[in-house]
Amino acid sequence: MVTKPLTKNIDMSRPPLDIAGYEANEGYQSLNAIAKGLSPEDVLQLVKDSGLKGRGGAGFPTGLKWSFVPSGDNSPKQKYLVVNADEMEPGTFKDRLLMEGDPHLLLEGMLIAAYTIQASKAYIFLRGEYTVSEQALKKAIKEAYKKGYLGKNILGTDFDLDIIMHTSAGRYICGEETALLNALEGKRANPRAKPPFPQVSGLWGKPTIVNNVETICNLPGILTYGVDWYHGLAKGNDHGTKLFGVSGKVKTPGCWELPLGLPIRELIENYAGGMQDGLELRGFLPGGGSTDFMLPGHLDITLDYDEIAKAGSRLATGTMIILDDKTCPVGMVGNLMKFYAHESCGFCTPCRDGLPWVDQIFRDFENGLGSEKDLQILHDHVTYLGPGRTFCALAPGATAPLGSGLKYFKEDFEKHITEKRCSYKH
Amino acid sequence: MSQQVIASTATKARKLSAEEIAEIEHEMTLYPDKKAVGLEALKIVQKNQGWVSDESLFGIAEYLDIPVADLEGVATFFNLVYREPVGKNVILFCDSVSCWIMGCESIKGHIKQQLDIDYGQTSEDGDFTLIPVPCLGDCDRAPVMMVGPDMHRNLTPEKIDSIISDYKNKQD
Repeated sequence: MVTKPLTKNIDMSRPPLDIAGYEANEGYQSLNAIAKGLSPEDVLQLVKDSGLKGRGGAGFPTGLKWSFVPSGDNSPKQKYLVVNADEMEPGTFKDRLLMEGDPHLLLEGMLIAAYTIQASKAYIFLRGEYTVSEQALKKAIKEAYKKGYLGKNILGTDFDLDIIMHTSAGRYICGEETALLNALEGKRANPRAKPPFPQVSGLWGKPTIVNNVETICNLPGILTYGVDWYHGLAKGNDHGTKLFGVSGKVKTPGCWELPLGLPIRELIENYAGGMQDGLELRGFLPGGGSTDFMLPGHLDITLDYDEIAKAGSRLATGTMIILDDKTCPVGMVGNLMKFYAHESCGFCTPCRDGLPWVDQIFRDFENGLGSEKDLQILHDHVTYLGPGRTFCALAPGATAPLGSGLKYFKEDFEKHITEKRCSYKH
Repeated sequence: MSQQVIASTATKARKLSAEEIAEIEHEMTLYPDKKAVGLEALKIVQKNQGWVSDESLFGIAEYLDIPVADLEGVATFFNLVYREPVGKNVILFCDSVSCWIMGCESIKGHIKQQLDIDYGQTSEDGDFTLIPVPCLGDCDRAPVMMVGPDMHRNLTPEKIDSIISDYKNKQD
């Protein structure tokens, strides 16, 4: 019984498996099923039944997303699959592991996704800094072409697929799927208005699916071992496994593939080894920089999309950032605000002008210049930059740690004002 | 004339080299239009020249037959396209949240002291340019940075010293 479908081939002490090694461990079996007559509609139903949710942050059901792509004879002939490999969410380090550790898993997943939506071209949108991933993927793509798993008439079917590596040149906003499409078209990466959604009108106006690396890597397992097996993997209400990471001042920071539905406590205390000696857990961001803080009182909540949402945050990327009691929460939120202010694409006013204002106030707090009025301005921005007020999700993402930070660490903000300094600094 | 006002003080385009053109032509087979190749062409030129000068920008725009202002809009949007000369080694320094918690500020202070440069500056000997970069996705081994294409992890002041001397020795 395979229990770790995403990482079963990964051993970072050696190079990733080549195509022969990957195939020897039940790799590319989904292709045989497709060659034997599994239709795109069959695959779509399997993915819907699996309950797979997008692993890039939003947690949208993958099968449902795919079902919006027009199909049939009257639909546009050219469709595109795009893999979002632009991992840049603060504190997120999971897609790197998959691409450096097992590049063929991503390629097999892409074949499945492209076949389902009948895309003959797929782009991997990889962040430029991931040089090791780039080399691993290029080598794997070459092997797959040689084997006839990519190119024309794959395994004698009428299915064609070309995979093209696109290494990007930076900017966090490219992780937003419509900004990513603009970047791929050679434009400034400003997000696009939705609707139309990319599923209908995406890359060069053609139907396009953009999926995260980890989402795609779930597909080979679902086709090879079946939906029942997939449902059996998780401990809670969601399905499958997920990569979870912990960074910050814990004893053994790292990234592990675990069943969805384990208590948060198990991840932080067992896998990450608990807090470093002499430090207490103060709070944590459960899924990257754009999620709301959670507190030690939340440790028994399970790692499920809905359970974490009930606690006011989001599972998102599943990579936790730990705040300890000797690190200033105001400084931590300030660091995130600097990031978002810097990474705003500058297209819409609330984000372009609001975030630098917020950033400046945090710098003032740091230097002992913060006032009650400033605090009120920060609170106002949680609303002004919130969902529905900006063109895309970047600024609302910034309000998650901002709003929850103001709520949970109120005394720390007050102390910066009354003491006119940051008391965490010696 | 208007082109110069918008994007550049350059007076003429640099003729792209045969190698650059060959690489750009290859990229053209992968995308359905020339505009999409713009960013790829900027990267190709940067790989060959070290950075993208005004003359190179004009050269690419002319070769791809796309407006130079559009190309400059793209060039200035992406942080890994350098529109100013950089040193032999570019340090991409991660100062995002996990690295901040793990003390990257003191590491940056050490680099600043050793090389006498801040963000956006190049050391006097031309060996290093220091640039901040969004989260490098290696947070369990923070603090981290890249020098050229290489990752360096679990940074300490001592490690910074040996990294600097390693790169200096590599060039000699």
